[in-house]
Amino acid sequence: MSRVTLRVNGEERSLELDPRTTLLDALREQLQLTGSKKGCDHGQCGACTVMVEGRRIYSCLTLAVMHDGEAVTTIEGLGRPDALHPMQAAFVKHDGYQCGYCTPGQICASVATLQEIEAGIPSHVTADLTAAPQLTAEEIRERMSGNICRCGAYSNIVEAITEVAGRPA
Amino acid sequence: MRPFTYERAASPADAARAASRQPGARFIAGGTNLLDLMKLQIETPAHLIDVNRLGLDRIEPTPEGGLRIGALVRNTDLAADARVRHDYGVLARALLAGASGQLRNKATTAGNLLQRTRCPYFYDTAQPCNKRQPGSGCAAIGGVTRQLAVIGASEACIATHPSDMAVAMRALDAVVETVRADGATRRIPIAEFHRLPGETPHVETALEAGELITAVTLPPPLGGHHAYRKVRDRASYAFALVSVAAVVQRDGSGRVALGGVAHRPWRVEAAEAELPRGAKRAMAAILDGARPTHENAFKLTLAERTLASVLAEARG
Ligand SMILES: Cc1cc2nc3c(=O)[nH]c(=O)nc-3n(C[C@H](O)[C@H](O)[C@H](O)COP(=O)(O)OP(=O)(O)OC[C@H]3O[C@@H](n4cnc5c(N)ncnc54)[C@H](O)[C@@H]3O)c2cc1C
Ligand code: SF4
Ligand code: FES
Ligand code: FES
Repeated sequence: MSRVTLRVNGEERSLELDPRTTLLDALREQLQLTGSKKGCDHGQCGACTVMVEGRRIYSCLTLAVMHDGEAVTTIEGLGRPDALHPMQAAFVKHDGYQCGYCTPGQICASVATLQEIEAGIPSHVTADLTAAPQLTAEEIRERMSGNICRCGAYSNIVEAITEVAGRPA
Repeated sequence: MRPFTYERAASPADAARAASRQPGARFIAGGTNLLDLMKLQIETPAHLIDVNRLGLDRIEPTPEGGLRIGALVRNTDLAADARVRHDYGVLARALLAGASGQLRNKATTAGNLLQRTRCPYFYDTAQPCNKRQPGSGCAAIGGVTRQLAVIGASEACIATHPSDMAVAMRALDAVVETVRADGATRRIPIAEFHRLPGETPHVETALEAGELITAVTLPPPLGGHHAYRKVRDRASYAFALVSVAAVVQRDGSGRVALGGVAHRPWRVEAAEAELPRGAKRAMAAILDGARPTHENAFKLTLAERTLASVLAEARG
């Protein structure tokens, strides 16, 4: 067994776990934070997306022990039912889901996508690599390609993100 | 996943030492390939050595005017680096064409070079596979080969190397720097780093057991027009069917490396003299000796047309 301390949604959490435990399983099974979902468990769907040290990753493809001392933000830390994060509110307003299974991952990835554009990180569709990337629907779609939605809510998700980004869809 | 013990290395040399001391030990960087394969019990290390906090995450200029990329630099950070975007566009483009935002945030330079094939039979543990289980045979030969190699393959294995980044590094003549258990360091040109399958497809690189990659260096910038064109079954978040990394100069000369066609990034320096004479001539020389199957022969045409498109774009 290994001892690991994570700062999860602002709170220090000490865990005793088998080194095989993925970050996703530590969050869901040990900390009962079941917002992050297990879709594929192989990095192919995005349902498990969380932020670690401010960067979005798939929590299913990393071990909890590798993140000792680091800060993790899950969907539960972004907002609460009575105080939604603006991205959560925009998903509700624009119907950015049907079954909702992919939604926590979509919302975490959406928040990170806007931060990455803000930070000037280019994408596959950025025309000029030496210029700052633009906030276009094309950029949003490409940057959100790591989150699959079986219900096909994609166009509404792009609208929600676009609204939060401060641009009309 | 099989049980394993875990340690965090204290220095690069310490990591290499630990790896040679412990039988069945493996380094773990981003973990995005290794853990995927461990869940399927295709990889079964007894001991993991975490190399994430060794300070190998910097990008620095070299005295020769090139760039030294730490082995643990994340794919996102490498693609976003101003020097890479300005001087090594082919590399930034290749990185951004790979995987997804979440994966690029985690994937490292060394891990990306060492990611394993996406041959469907390598993933199916019920099938024979010489790469997964040496000597067991190759289920891909005579099987579904659409994604597999068209050149440089052997009777033992027809898999391709899946990395986009490595194809750009091959075009740029990158050099892989390593440290071994005895503390000795060496520099391996990327052309000698990845191997063809031959009789031993499970031996994929020039690395020795326990040898740790510390950095990848790029020679001084080449100038010219940089392009990475990747053709795949969906517009994003998919591996290449064929990809072309190219650096083309104003006079039409240049360099080309291909992804998706062979067991390693495919580059034939001698064929590059044909580049000013157009994509058809150049690609015929680059893929001379290709032995496609009826399912993947389309890759030859696709590679030629992709190169034609890149050359047209370079002419502006
Ligand atoms: C769904 C999905 C889609 C993907 N799509 C693409 C794609 O389109 N294009 C693409 O190029 N890639 C793609 N990838 C693969 C991804 O790029 C790799 O998983 C990643 O680059 C591996 O890096 P890592 O740091 O996570 O490696 P790890 O998983 O940590 O390690 C991989 C291997 O490298 C070894 N290793 C790591 N660091 C060192 C070191 N410093 N020295 C020696 N050995 C070391 C490990 O022991 C292991 O054997 C995809 C992956 C997934 C899951
Ligand atoms: S092509 Fe190579 S990786 Fe695929 S089944 Fe054959 S031996 Fe295994
Ligand atoms: S559960 Fe992690 S990507 Fe699908
Ligand atoms: S809302 Fe059902 S999978 Fe996306």
